[in-house]
Amino acid sequence: MEVTTKSMPYEAFKDNEYIEKLVKELQDSGTNVIVGSLDKLINWGRSNSIWPLTFATSCCGIEFVSLGAARFDMARFGWEVARSSPRQADFMMVAGTIVHRMVPVFRRLYDQLAEPKYVIACGSCAISGGPFRKSYHVAKGIEDIVPVDVFVPGCPPRPEAMIYGIMQLSRKIKVERFFGGVNRQEKQKEFLAAHPVEGVED
Amino acid sequence: MANITEKISKLFPQAVIEGDTTPVVTIANDQWHDLALALRDDAELKMDYLITIVGMDWTENLGAIYYLMSTEYNKIIGVKVLAAGDRQQPTIPSVADVWKVATLYEREVFDFFGIIFLNNPDMRRLFLNIDWVGYPLRKDYDENPDINPVSTESERQTDFTDVYTLGADGKVEKRQERIFQKEDFVVNIGPQHPATHGVLRFRTAVDGETIKKIDVYCGYIHRGIEKLCENLTYPQTLHFMDRMDYFSAHNYHHALCMLIEKAAGIEISRRAQVIRVMMDELSRIASHCLFIGTYCMDLGATTMLFYTLRVREQILDIMEKTCGARMTFNYDCIGGVMQDLAPDFVQDVKALLAVIPANLKEYNEIFTGNVIARNRMEGVGHLTREDAIAYGITGPSGRASGWACDMRKLQPYSIYPELDFEEITATEGDSMARFKCRLREIEQSAKILEQLVDNIPDGEYCVKVPKMLKLPVGSWFQVTEGCRGAFGLYLESDGTTKPYRLKIAPPCLPQAAVVDHITRGQKIADLITIGGSLDYIVPDIDR
Amino acid sequence: MQDLSFIFTWIDNSLRALMPGWLTVTVECLLIGVGLLLVYALLALFYIYYERKLCAAFQCRLGPNRVGPWGLLQSFADMFKMLIKEIIHLNHIDRFLFGLAPYLVIIASMLAFAVLPWGNGIQIINFNIGIFFLIAVSSIGVLGILLAGWSSNNKFTLIGSLRSGAQMVSYELSIGLSVITMVCLAGTMSVEGIVAEQQNLWFIFKGHIPAIIAFVIYMIAGTAETNRGPFDLPEAESELTAGYHTEYSGMHFGFFYLAEYLNLFIVSGVAALLFFGGWMPFHIPGWESFNHIMDYIPSVIWFLGKAFVLSFIIIWFKWTFPRLRIDQLLSLEWKYLLPINLVNLVLMVLIIVFNWHF
Repeated sequence: MEVTTKSMPYEAFKDNEYIEKLVKELQDSGTNVIVGSLDKLINWGRSNSIWPLTFATSCCGIEFVSLGAARFDMARFGWEVARSSPRQADFMMVAGTIVHRMVPVFRRLYDQLAEPKYVIACGSCAISGGPFRKSYHVAKGIEDIVPVDVFVPGCPPRPEAMIYGIMQLSRKIKVERFFGGVNRQEKQKEFLAAHPVEGVED
Repeated sequence: MANITEKISKLFPQAVIEGDTTPVVTIANDQWHDLALALRDDAELKMDYLITIVGMDWTENLGAIYYLMSTEYNKIIGVKVLAAGDRQQPTIPSVADVWKVATLYEREVFDFFGIIFLNNPDMRRLFLNIDWVGYPLRKDYDENPDINPVSTESERQTDFTDVYTLGADGKVEKRQERIFQKEDFVVNIGPQHPATHGVLRFRTAVDGETIKKIDVYCGYIHRGIEKLCENLTYPQTLHFMDRMDYFSAHNYHHALCMLIEKAAGIEISRRAQVIRVMMDELSRIASHCLFIGTYCMDLGATTMLFYTLRVREQILDIMEKTCGARMTFNYDCIGGVMQDLAPDFVQDVKALLAVIPANLKEYNEIFTGNVIARNRMEGVGHLTREDAIAYGITGPSGRASGWACDMRKLQPYSIYPELDFEEITATEGDSMARFKCRLREIEQSAKILEQLVDNIPDGEYCVKVPKMLKLPVGSWFQVTEGCRGAFGLYLESDGTTKPYRLKIAPPCLPQAAVVDHITRGQKIADLITIGGSLDYIVPDIDR
Repeated sequence: MQDLSFIFTWIDNSLRALMPGWLTVTVECLLIGVGLLLVYALLALFYIYYERKLCAAFQCRLGPNRVGPWGLLQSFADMFKMLIKEIIHLNHIDRFLFGLAPYLVIIASMLAFAVLPWGNGIQIINFNIGIFFLIAVSSIGVLGILLAGWSSNNKFTLIGSLRSGAQMVSYELSIGLSVITMVCLAGTMSVEGIVAEQQNLWFIFKGHIPAIIAFVIYMIAGTAETNRGPFDLPEAESELTAGYHTEYSGMHFGFFYLAEYLNLFIVSGVAALLFFGGWMPFHIPGWESFNHIMDYIPSVIWFLGKAFVLSFIIIWFKWTFPRLRIDQLLSLEWKYLLPINLVNLVLMVLIIVFNWHF
C-alpha cells in the first residue's frame, strides 16, 4: 500500500522509512473488509482535516503565520482552521524554543488536546534546543516532554518545509487504525506512564 | 560633556569620572540614591531616561552600571555602583522612585545576579521561576542541569511579592506584600494566548470587563542569550541577534557588529555601510508591515494581515536573494557583510518602492479610516510624554507620545547623518497615534531607500578581520535604533576572544513594564489594543 | 409558479391508504425529522465550505482545493474527524448543563427551520404566528451559550457567555422591531401570508424608505445575533481564546460550530423572507412576460439563492471590519439602532395609513 496524500506523488515521500515499516506491519496482520473500509473512511477524514493549535513561542511562529498567508496558503489543504483552544485542535506545531518555565505550560497544553492528537517539532530549537542547547534555561528538545510525530528541521524551517512536515503527518494518520490494530494510543499510555505529572490524570 | 562631568564632581566630590564620549561615574553605594535624584532633577543634567541597568559580576564584587540619557541635552552617561555586603546578600539602594522603569530593570538584575535593591516595591524574580536555584549570570553559577531540572510540574506561584528594606540596625529586612487582594477576580491571560504575540503572561484582575491591575510575567521564552555569549567568540555571538527581535534581525546585527568594530578599531568600507543601512530600512518596512497586519488581526480585521504580508513577502524575497534565508539572516559580520549583494538587488528594491505607496493607500482605506477601527484605537491607552520617558518607551511607541527618541537622529551612527529623512512624531500618545507613526515610518524608510538605491558605491563588502578576534581590555556602550526602539548594547572585554559581559538592552522590556500603567481602568478588549499597539516581541523581552 | 405541495399531499394520501391516521402522522413526523436533519447537515457543511472559500477570496488566497474536486469535500472530512474526536470529560464542571448546552443551541436553530419558506408549498409548519414563533425559538440559543459559558467553570468562557448574553438580549430588540415594521406592511404574521403579500413586488421595494432602513438594521442586528464579526465578542479569538466554547471538544464543539453557520443561514433566510419575498420570484408589476420567465426558476432555488447572497454580505462584514468593544457594541444598539428603529416603525405605519407605498 502506498501511502500518499493528494497533490504529491509517492516518489516525493519515499524517504520515510518509518511509515514504510508501519505499512508493512499492517499488511502482514491483514484486516477485516468492513472494519478496514470504515477505517479508511475515518482516516480519510482525519488525514484531510488536521487543525493546528495556535501555539508559537518564537521565530518559527512567524514562519507559521507566513504559511497561512496568501503565498503558501495552508488553507488549500484544509489546515487553516487554527484553533486557539487546545480542546478543539488536532495537532500542535511546536514552533520555537521551549524553555524550563514554558515546559509545564506546554505539557498542560498537550494534555488538553483531545485525542487523536499529534505533535510536530518544528525548528531546531524544538528538536534539540538548537543554538540555545547549551543554555541553562532551555529544554534540550521536546521529545522528553511529549511524544513527537514529525520533526521539521530548520532555523526556522521554510514554509515549504512546514507544508512537507504536515503532509508527512497526514500520511502517518492515514495508516492508523481506529478499530484496533495500530496502537498509537497504547504508545502514548506507555509514554505517559513513564513521564508522570503530579495532579494530572492522563 | 565637560560641563556635565564638572557639574557632577562639584555636587559629589568623591565620585570618580572616567571616559570621554560616554563618561562613567563611579559612586559610593550609599550616595547613589542622592546622585540619582540630582541627575534627574538638576536643570543642567536632566538625565530623565534610564536606558538600562547592566548587572555586573567582577568576581571579587558585584555591582551595576546604570546608563542614563538626557532627553533635553542628548547626552549619555554611565553610573557604576558597587554592591554593599558580601556575595550572599549584596545590596544597592533602589532608584525605582526616580525612574519608573527601574522597578523592572532592578528585578532583572536581581534575577541574574542576586543583587537586592533596597526599597524596590517589587523584588521578585523576573524571568526565572521563584524556586530557581542560583543566579545564572554570576561567574560562579553552577550550570549542572540536575540542580535546576526540566520539570513538567506546574510552576509555583504566589500572590505575594518581597520588599527589602534597611532596618534601623543596618540589617536587611524582608517583608511580604500582596499583589492581588483576596477578593480580586484574576484572569490569567497567556502565556498561551493568541493575542499576547508570543508567550507573555498577564495576570489580570478585572472588575466585570474593566481592568483593575495587571501583573506581567516574563521568562516563558528566556533563553539566556547573555550567558551563552560569554562562552562564545565574538563572531559566534552575532547569530543570537537574529533570534531576539526576529524582525529587527539586521538592525541588531548591525548594532553588535558596529560595537565590536568600534572596540577593535576596524574601519569598514562605505559599500558595506550602505548595504547595512539599506538592509536595516528594508527590515524596518517588513517589521512595520507585519505589525500592521497582526495588530489589525488582534482587533478582529483578519484580512489586513494578508494584505500586509504581501509586501513583507516581497521584502523577504529581496533579502533571500542576497542573504540566503527568510528570517535569520546572519548577514552582517565583523568587518562588513557576509557576501555581496545579489545582482538584481537594485532592480528588486526599485520594484518594491514602486508598490509601497499604493499599498499604504490601501491600508489606510481599509483600516485607518474605518469608523470601528477609529473608535477602538482613538484615546485608548493614552501615554503622556513624561510617562513615555520615565518608562523608557522608545521607538514608534515613544514617538507617538511626542518624545523624539529616534536614535538615528540623536546618536547618529553609520551613514545616517548624511541621509535626509524625517523623524515621525505625534502628540496624541494613544493607540491610533502609535499605529499611524508606524505607517508613516514606512514612508520614511522608503525615502531612505530611494536615496541609497542608486548610490551604492563600489568597493569591497568586507574588510579583512583576524579569525580569532581579540578586543582590548575595556568597556563600550552604544545605543542604536531597532525597529521597535532604542537598542542598547554594553560590552566588557577582558582582553580574550570572548566577551566578559555582553548586556543587551532591548526596546521591548520597558514596554512590558508600562502595560500595567496604561491599561488600568480600560476594558479587557483594550488590553489587546494596547498590547498590540506597543508592538512588543516576547523573545526580545526575555532574550 | 409551480406549487410543490402536491408531492406532500400525494405522500400523505398514499400513506393514509396504507395505515391508520395516527401511524401516518407518526411516520410523517419521522420522515420530516430525518429530512430536516439531512438538510440541516448538508447546509451547514456547504456553509463552512462557502465561508472558507469566500474568506480566501477576500484574502487573495485559494482556499480549500485539495480534498475532493475544488475542495468540495473539505467540510465533510472535517465533520468525519469531528464525529470521532474525543469528547473530553472535565472535572469540576456542571456535567448536566455542560452536556445540555450544545443541544440547546442546535435545537434553537433547528426549530427555526420549521417555519422557513423553503419553496412554494414546502414549509414544515404553517401557522398564523409563524414569524413570532421564529423569533421566540431563535432566542433559546442564547440560553445554550450562557449555560455553556457558565457550566465550563472557566473564566474565559464565563466572560464570553456574559458578553454574549448582553449582546443577544440587546440585539433581539432590534431584530424584533425591524420584523414588526415589516409585519405591519404585510398585515400578517403568517409566513405564508408574508410571502403571498410579495406576489407583485418584494417588500424592500414596496415599502421603500422605511423598508430599506429596516433591512439595514436587520442585517446589522442579525450579524450580531449570530455572533459573527464584527460582533464576534463572545468568541473573540484574540481576547478570549475561543470564548464560550473554549472547553468543548469533539462533536460538542462541532454542534456550536455547525450552529454558528446555520444561524447565519437562518438570519439570511428570514431577511430573504421579510424583504426579498421568501421563495417568491422577482416580479415587476406590469411586466407580464418578464414575470413569467422568472416563474420558470424553481422556488427552492429562489429562496436558497437569496439566502446565500445575503449570507455573502454577512460574511463580507466579518472579513472586512475590526471587532467592536463591548461598550461600543451596546451603545450602538441602545443609542442608535433602537431609536432609529422606533422612528422607522412610526414612519412605516404612516406610510401604510396614507397608502404611500407602491
